[in-house]
Amino acid sequence: MNTLTLCSAVEEANGRGIALSSVFLAREAETSQRPEAELQALMSTRIAVMRHAMKRGVEQPQFSRSGLVQGGAQKLAAWQAAGGGLLGGLFSQMLASALAVSEVNACMGRVVAAPTAGSCGVLPAALFTVADAHKIPEQRLNAAFFTAGGIGLVIERLASLSGAEGGCQAEVGSASAMAAGALVELLEGTPEQVEAAVAFALSNLMGLICDPVQGLVEEPCVRRNALGAVNAATCAEMALAGLRSPFRADAVIETMGKVGRRLPEEFRETARGGLAALPFPPHA
Amino acid sequence: MGIFDILGPVMVGPSSSHTAGAVRLGLFARALLGGPPRKAEMALHGSFAATGEGHGTHLALLAGLLGLEPDDERIPEARNLASDAGLEVQFTLADLGEVHPNSVCFTLEGSQGPLTLCGSSVGGGRIQVWELDDFPVELDGEYPTILMTYPDRPGWIAVVSALLAQARLNIATIKAHRTARGGVALLSIQCDQVPPESTLVALRSLPDVVSVRFVPALGGHA
Repeated sequence: MNTLTLCSAVEEANGRGIALSSVFLAREAETSQRPEAELQALMSTRIAVMRHAMKRGVEQPQFSRSGLVQGGAQKLAAWQAAGGGLLGGLFSQMLASALAVSEVNACMGRVVAAPTAGSCGVLPAALFTVADAHKIPEQRLNAAFFTAGGIGLVIERLASLSGAEGGCQAEVGSASAMAAGALVELLEGTPEQVEAAVAFALSNLMGLICDPVQGLVEEPCVRRNALGAVNAATCAEMALAGLRSPFRADAVIETMGKVGRRLPEEFRETARGGLAALPFPPHA
Repeated sequence: MGIFDILGPVMVGPSSSHTAGAVRLGLFARALLGGPPRKAEMALHGSFAATGEGHGTHLALLAGLLGLEPDDERIPEARNLASDAGLEVQFTLADLGEVHPNSVCFTLEGSQGPLTLCGSSVGGGRIQVWELDDFPVELDGEYPTILMTYPDRPGWIAVVSALLAQARLNIATIKAHRTARGGVALLSIQCDQVPPESTLVALRSLPDVVSVRFVPALGGHA
């Protein structure tokens, strides 16, 4: 089996006339020595955990011990229900969903790290909001998560998925790239369009630092999950409309890794720089 | 590394290193102790000390000692569960030296005796145990692991590896550690397969062996 890059995966998908998700699923079956049906069933259980966290965060306002999380998802859902949505209901729903999962995580609820706990709200918000609105069958949603996972594997191999190594661009940025590519496949875009969406998403968040206030996965992390989801939708839509990336996604991923390594340590999850360096609690 | 390492683990938040990894450190300590502790003192170092409270690290460590997995939604209630179980708990802050920022030392008392264990949560829920009853060790809990102590004399590793070979157990890693030459040595063996009880019995009946412990591979890994 050749080394995994997005370029090689796109080539294989085109060569065999199959979707990227099928390439990643077949590869996973081979490396893990488990049948594809078993992997799809396991993915369904992960999807169910994500759905449950999303519902919980919207329906039961979440409050963290630090006081930094105060039921933001429920506020957005209420604002949308009252007709406040600036860009329509779907947009508000995506924001509320991202906050919901991320707030449940901050308040010690059960989530799927995707790819990390700090960025766990991005994929569910982006994928469930679009899949539900477009009434996409569960099987295709399941497949799109394999596309997301495969993109994550490539990023892990060519760059990093850790905020301590690469800043927030490596966590929320990577989650956003995974979601962007998965959204393109969900809406039956081509493998090249998936690749373009990944390149766009990472380019847009290039250089984003990790500066968690008090070292907690709350401020600004929770709202950055909403940013990651919206960025994914933005980039998927641009790719589906036919915008092309001047750079291959692999090159953008490697660049993200290089930028991450050059970030000063205070911007890599040490809680010593950026917002984390502001006096806290702020003076009234 | 596979797709379910990327889309996983399923865990109770907020942090794979400060919460999920902390649960796994507790689970590993419990497994080595051979059952639930009666008394537990935990010395928190670095980031565990500085941001542990906000990350629920204390609850996560306790939850592991109580046998809860990293995705158990009862983790936030670990203090109550500990007091229901009659577990005496004390947390302290410590400077453990030049070690990973997410580190803890457990001093435990169980029905089979005391245990001290120091380890770190090194990211993504993965752990590294680096000290066990004053022996330097390198254990990650990913494999079924045999730990045995014996007098530091020539020939032990040959005898032990012959016994494992008889049981067709493949050794992933094997390391000998000692505190002083000619004293007591500790052998840690991470296996690819779970050793049968007969092998553990054979190891325990070796002449002069001090102790033989077995720890299964931890679940819910990164």
